[in-house]
Amino acid sequence: MSKTATFKRGIHPEEVKELTASTPIIKANIPERVVIPLSQHTGAPAKHEVGIGDLVKKYQLIGSPQGFVSSPVHSSISGKVIAIADFPHPSGKMIPSIVIESDGKDEGISSKENPDYLNLNPDEIKTIIRDAGIVGLGGAAFPTSVKLSPPKEKSIDTVILNGAECEPYLTADHRLMLEQAEGVVNGLKIIMKSLDVNRGYIGIENNKPDAIEKMRGVISTELNIEVIPLKVKYPQGAEKMLIKAITNREVPPRGLPMDVGVVVQNVGTAFAIYEAVRYGKPLIERVISITGRGIKEPKNMKVKIGTLMSDVIEQCGGFTDGAVKIIMGGPMMGFAQWRLNVPMVKGTSGILVLTGDDYIPSEEYFACIHCGSCIDVCPMGLNPSMLSILSEKAHYEGTKEYNLFDCFECGSCAYVCPSNRPMVQFIRLAKLMVKP
Amino acid sequence: MAVEKKTHPLIVSVSPHIKGEESVSRIMWTVNLALLPSFLMSLYYFGPRALFVTALCVITAVLSEYIFQKSLKKKITLSDGSAFLTGLLLGMNLPPSLPFYIPIAGSFMAIVITKQLFGGLGYNIFNPALIGRAFLLISWPKAMTIWKEPTAVFATLDAKTTATPLGILKEEGLGKLLEVFGDKANLYTQLLIGNRAGSLGETSVIALLLGAAFLLYRGYITWHIPFSFLGTVALVAWVFGGKGALFTGDPIIHLLSGGLILGAFFMATDYVTCPTIRKGQIIFGIGCGAITMLIRLKGGYPEGVMFAILLMNCFAPLIDRGVKTDLFGATKGQKK
Repeated sequence: MSKTATFKRGIHPEEVKELTASTPIIKANIPERVVIPLSQHTGAPAKHEVGIGDLVKKYQLIGSPQGFVSSPVHSSISGKVIAIADFPHPSGKMIPSIVIESDGKDEGISSKENPDYLNLNPDEIKTIIRDAGIVGLGGAAFPTSVKLSPPKEKSIDTVILNGAECEPYLTADHRLMLEQAEGVVNGLKIIMKSLDVNRGYIGIENNKPDAIEKMRGVISTELNIEVIPLKVKYPQGAEKMLIKAITNREVPPRGLPMDVGVVVQNVGTAFAIYEAVRYGKPLIERVISITGRGIKEPKNMKVKIGTLMSDVIEQCGGFTDGAVKIIMGGPMMGFAQWRLNVPMVKGTSGILVLTGDDYIPSEEYFACIHCGSCIDVCPMGLNPSMLSILSEKAHYEGTKEYNLFDCFECGSCAYVCPSNRPMVQFIRLAKLMVKP
Repeated sequence: MAVEKKTHPLIVSVSPHIKGEESVSRIMWTVNLALLPSFLMSLYYFGPRALFVTALCVITAVLSEYIFQKSLKKKITLSDGSAFLTGLLLGMNLPPSLPFYIPIAGSFMAIVITKQLFGGLGYNIFNPALIGRAFLLISWPKAMTIWKEPTAVFATLDAKTTATPLGILKEEGLGKLLEVFGDKANLYTQLLIGNRAGSLGETSVIALLLGAAFLLYRGYITWHIPFSFLGTVALVAWVFGGKGALFTGDPIIHLLSGGLILGAFFMATDYVTCPTIRKGQIIFGIGCGAITMLIRLKGGYPEGVMFAILLMNCFAPLIDRGVKTDLFGATKGQKK
């Protein structure tokens, strides 16, 4: 196998992708009702544009953005608005949401198609992307149009599509690259056009050789796009690690990819951009993996935003007997859920259900024995050992000296810690207790 | 709701939700296992006395940790293997012929005073086994420096008393050492296999390296401390170890004798008492090597590994503060 790009340190947890890696994406049933949160993105929540009792159609705008860093929200089904109130959100908070009861017709409003989409100018593209409510689908859900509008002094020369999917278990991006390769590449071309950039890369971890081959086939005639096989290592899909692996540029501490002339977008985001720009479809559905040994029939599904987790799990045969933990997202950075009535949001990459046979972190942990394992694996080159000790002893201010805010909570330190210390918890606590 | 969770309550915790296989007890028991070849060699050379001394140390270490934790109503942590390891290491650092109360006193000193009173595993400043040994050397200087000839499997309780190679080197010089061992080739060979007087577990370099290689392979220790430690010893021995002229010393004798191999691979690498950052570990190793040679060449003792490591233990936290990890993006990064 050819040399693969990567970054320093990191870990390699068991991949467990085989549960869903060869399962084609199927469309989920139209839900009887959806709960669409007005905040599914980083930034200001959207403001509701409909009232209780209103009839809405699929693709219809129901929440408008408030400010630059914000995003609109659209209805994912046709039906009637029955409630606007705070509802449970996968983040664990109660978030203002619009509840729509389906009329079963799934009727959409007409959308504006652009067969000649590659000749749109950058501003037109960004407007379409913003109006379509597209946010980063990799998990952070940062409004995409903002990412595509860097300040003038930052000159961007490279776009990277993130197809690493380095979280164990998840296969949604993998399947999307296999089944919608053209759409993904067209999305990349649109992004490059919007930024006036001539160099595009698609980074894919080497454990998806079929996706690498498929994408290479699609770009064979594109001279300025390259598929880069990446070493299978976590967190290969973290923006800074991906940029390092592909361009050998290091984003400075506390900096952003644009500081080194790069914009990174997830492959799912690229596909959503293509659907929005080419077919005029706002972001109302996405591909997720429903997986783990706690799920009877693990699947990759295209679900409508707002579908409740219980609906999705039911369509996967429900839980196995040993299921003990439900995670929204991957096992390394996902959020544990304690209720089943949370909706699928734009940033949801998967539902993972672990059983008692998988590792379930115990509450018991021990003193740091200073083995240095966490330092050896931290992709950011931090000293997690010291951060955890300072936080544990409530010396929160001291953590700043150890670059607390450069930690992006990938969890590699906690994964390797022989003392079973809740490293990420300590670090999050410290971040709450000090001002940056 | 159609889907229900009945069998178990849901577990909610902060990410990550999966975990690697390492644990403190796995590491400690693996280190114990890596010391097995050396322990077997000590049985081979020093017979039942080796078993007697080592067993006393291990039993005392385990018992005193149990009694301490029980009486202070703390969690009993014997299963993590660290008390066992401290006892084992102390035993391997003692001479073969000791009255029963000396190993017991040393082991108590190591576990109760050096480890538990400072907060237990993870909080002690000094290597417990080495403080135990230092305490014994100062309290019973005579008994702690009576060395027995290795007598292989025929070991009897009255094996002849003799001096260690480093002792001979210090008191009577290289000539006498070569006289005892014949020639240099034989001297190196005997040091390598461990057929010489010394502490129980320190003599067989081959057996120690076998265990060390296993730990390096498993990633439980890294090259940073042992190699910088050994490298410094070799360098100083070569430059300053000769009679008269510089650059005429014999580094190999210094590398193969005393407690250096045991100390460099198994004692200086103790996680809790060495620096955590790899770069700092190199500084630590160089310091250990320099102090070891200072004592061997200029000090009052023939061997200096123990005091060298203990002195450098004091500096470990300071080194960790002074050395920084390589923050991503801090050095290079701008556009090519």
